[in-house]
Parts: sequence; structure tokens; C-alpha cells
Amino acid sequence: MRVSMDIELKDTPGQLLCALTPISELRGNLKSIVHHHEERTPRGTIPVQLVFEAEPDNLDAIIDKLKKNGIGISRVDEKRLIEEGAVILIGHIVHTDIQDTINSIDRTGYAEVVDISLSMPHINTTSSASLKICAVGIKELHEAISILKNVAEKKDLLVVEPIRAEFS
Amino acid sequence: MKIIRASIIGFGSVGQGVAQVLLQKKEEIQKKGFDLKVVAVADSRSAAIDEKGLDLEKVLKSKKENGRVGSETLSGLEVIRNVEHEVVIETTPTDIETGGVGLDNMLTAFEKGMDVVTSNKGPLALKYGELAEAAQKNNAKFRFEATVGGAMPAINLIRDTIAGNSIISIEGILNGTCNYILTRMMEEHASYEQMLAESQELGIAETDPTYDVEGIDAACKLVILANYVFGMKATYHDVDVKGITSITPEALSLAQSEGYVIKQIGEVKDGCIQTSPRLVPESHPLAVGGTLNVVSVQTDLAGTVTSTGRGAGSIETASAILSDLISIYRED
Repeated sequence: MRVSMDIELKDTPGQLLCALTPISELRGNLKSIVHHHEERTPRGTIPVQLVFEAEPDNLDAIIDKLKKNGIGISRVDEKRLIEEGAVILIGHIVHTDIQDTINSIDRTGYAEVVDISLSMPHINTTSSASLKICAVGIKELHEAISILKNVAEKKDLLVVEPIRAEFS
Repeated sequence: MKIIRASIIGFGSVGQGVAQVLLQKKEEIQKKGFDLKVVAVADSRSAAIDEKGLDLEKVLKSKKENGRVGSETLSGLEVIRNVEHEVVIETTPTDIETGGVGLDNMLTAFEKGMDVVTSNKGPLALKYGELAEAAQKNNAKFRFEATVGGAMPAINLIRDTIAGNSIISIEGILNGTCNYILTRMMEEHASYEQMLAESQELGIAETDPTYDVEGIDAACKLVILANYVFGMKATYHDVDVKGITSITPEALSLAQSEGYVIKQIGEVKDGCIQTSPRLVPESHPLAVGGTLNVVSVQTDLAGTVTSTGRGAGSIETASAILSDLISIYRED
């Protein structure tokens, strides 16, 4: 998952290293650092904005280590579902229990259907739908689409998925 | 100047295209250091033979006026067995069930130590290993650029231009008929059936379009690439194939609103060969329209290399055959 965090550093040497070491030790992947050295908080500390990717299970440990290192944390935002992909379904989508098709992804716990557009030109003809799927990572997005393909095969639905280059 | 004697076995649209191109490019071929003399031409009913070199204009005229290339009644196979020459240009129709006469023609040519340049996919999609082995055993050259995507360079791009690279994967559009139908469906918001009918009227799709629209033609080309590039021992039965017949105009519109086009994409990666309709970002190099073919090769050194071109047509296919002939016999 992707974490956005505002921290506060004392204006003494080595503080930034104290803030970044716990993240790298717990296999976090740093995406950006904005160091507002010219600004000061009312407490006289320097505000720093961090964005990093980390395993969800490791976030609490990262926060604990930061606190032990004397780093102030003023905000933590986590975006769990960071990868997004679109697929098109073609077939009798509604008549083959659309809710069950969506649930097959939602119940994984690591991916969700976040948007659906359906086009049903006539009651007896095949319908088409575009599904937007979000997942916690690229591997999980692939797995969710693979699960969808299995469900779709049983329901005689065609899944049109993006070319692989889209995902890498 | 060295003289290379050739036969053209199969004189349908591709064979005739080859004859036209050889007439048109006679001087250019000579500039490459050899003279190509066609000593025999065979179609399914007749043959024309002249050890001094046939007048290809006369052969083309005879085919047009009488439906026969000449008065001889030898089959293509008999021509290969009995007429002295160095290279067989094999342009008989593709037979995906058995390999057809093309398979016998190629194996017989190799047994006699003759080189083969072909546009015929069937034998390669079924028995590539056997053919490659027969060629090697008899020290014969075997070239087949025209089997994959007509004038679009694919095999020779990998063999020569990006030689030395390790190929990670290959993906592309390898059937112009599917590409035309999908492109027109999106442009006109029309049904598959309507656009199939239009492409049949324009001569882009066959009267029986099954090979193209069910993905079989693309599957054969993927097998040829997989076997040649990755040394896989695949046949066309190993390909996971889904065609375009169930694509709806609504699906194309929904894809478009997400920034995608739907294309029939073939892919060889991690030992898997598949062809199916896929979503391609509108600005991606694979998103080519009309009857174009495209192949994108992922390599370790050069990154991704993409080649686009006309995948069908008699002159375009003959262009690939000519390029193979020149690459075998040119003198640097």
C-alpha cells in the first residue's frame, strides 16, 4: 500500500536519516520526500512530507520505530488500493448473476471492483460492461483478473483484459 | 555472375506476385551479385519448364488467359524431384490440418539439398521441428519471413537486425482481417456481422472467414515465431485461441471511454502462446488501425522494438520472399 506521512524533524544533524532508516529497514520503498527546511512549525520543528510504499503489516512497526527515534508524526494517510486496471466483459453479464461476478473479486480482500458501466442493447442479446478494478499491488491485480477469468469462463463471458505492457 | 535456378511451386496470388516482383526487380537483384532464373513454375493442374529460364511474362499471361501455367502435366512435387535447380519458392495454399502438399514439397526439396523460401504457414505451424532438422541435415537454407505478417519484418528483424539480443517476449497484431473488422466496428459503431460483410465485399476477408476471425491464422504465425525464436516445439494445437466473433460495438465504445482500443493480440511469453482480443491504450505502438500488422519484440539490450507493415497482399508477401532470396544469395 502507499502511505503519505507528514513528520516533524528537529533542526539538528542526522534527523532525516533517523526518519528514513526505519522505513528502509522494514522494506518500505520511498517514493518522494519534500523537506520544507525554510519553514518552521509553531514547535520550531521542520515539516517533511514523505510518500512510501510498504507492506500493510509493517506500517505500525514503522510508526513505532519513528516515534522511538524521536520523530514527530502529524499525519498518516494510507491508500490501500494503489493499482488500477480496466477489463471489458462481454456476454449475458446480468443474467449470469452480476453480483456474484463482482463478489468474486471483492471477497479476495486485496482487490475491489470500484466502477462498472453496463450496456445492454436488447434483452436477449449479449451485453457489454467495463469494470474498473483496484488492488493493493500489481501482483494482486493480476490475481484478481485471473479469478475473474475463471468465473467468466464458467458463465460463458469473454474477458477482454489489457495487454501485459499496461501492467508493467 | 552466379546464376541461381529457382522454381515457383504454387501459382495462386502469392506465386503470381513473386513472378511479377522478379520481373520488376531483375536489375536490382543483379546488383546484389546474382541472377535469379526461374526454370519451372507449377500450379495445381499444370507446369511450365525451361532449363534456360522461363519467360515469366508469358507464364503470367497463360495463367490469366487459360487458368494454367503451361502444357506440362507434372505436379509441383515432380518438378522438385526432376528439374535441376537450387531453390524452391513454395507458395502453395496453407493447409493447417495436414500441412498439405507444401509439407511434401519442402521435405522433398531438403532431401535433394535444395533451399526453400516459403509463404506457406501450414507445414511450419504443424512440423517446424521436422522441417528445420531436414534443412540442417541436408545443408539447405530455409527462409519463411512471408509466413508471419507479409511485408512486415518479424523473423528477419529478430534474425538479423537485433541479432545478439535475448528475446523476452513477442506480442502483436498478426491478422489484418481481424484488425480491419475491429477498426471499422469502432469507427462506425457497427456490428461484427456488418463489418465482416463489408470486409468480404472489399476482398479483405475470405468467403469462409473462419481462419481469420477465429484466431487460427494468427495462432499459426505465433507458433512459427515461438518455434523459431524460442526453440519451442509447439504446434498450432498448443495455442490458447479466442477470436473476435463475440466482440460488440458497445464493448468497443466502453473501451474507448477508458482510453483503450480492442485489438486481436497474439503473444508469446514465458512458454505460453495465446491470441485473444485485448485492451490496448489508444496511444500505444500496438494500436495500429485498418489492415496493418504490428509486432513488438521485448529484448534485453534494445528494449522494445516494434515493426509495423502490411500483413497481406500478393506483392507485399512477394516482397518478403524477395528479401529472403536476396539474404540467402547476395554477395557482400
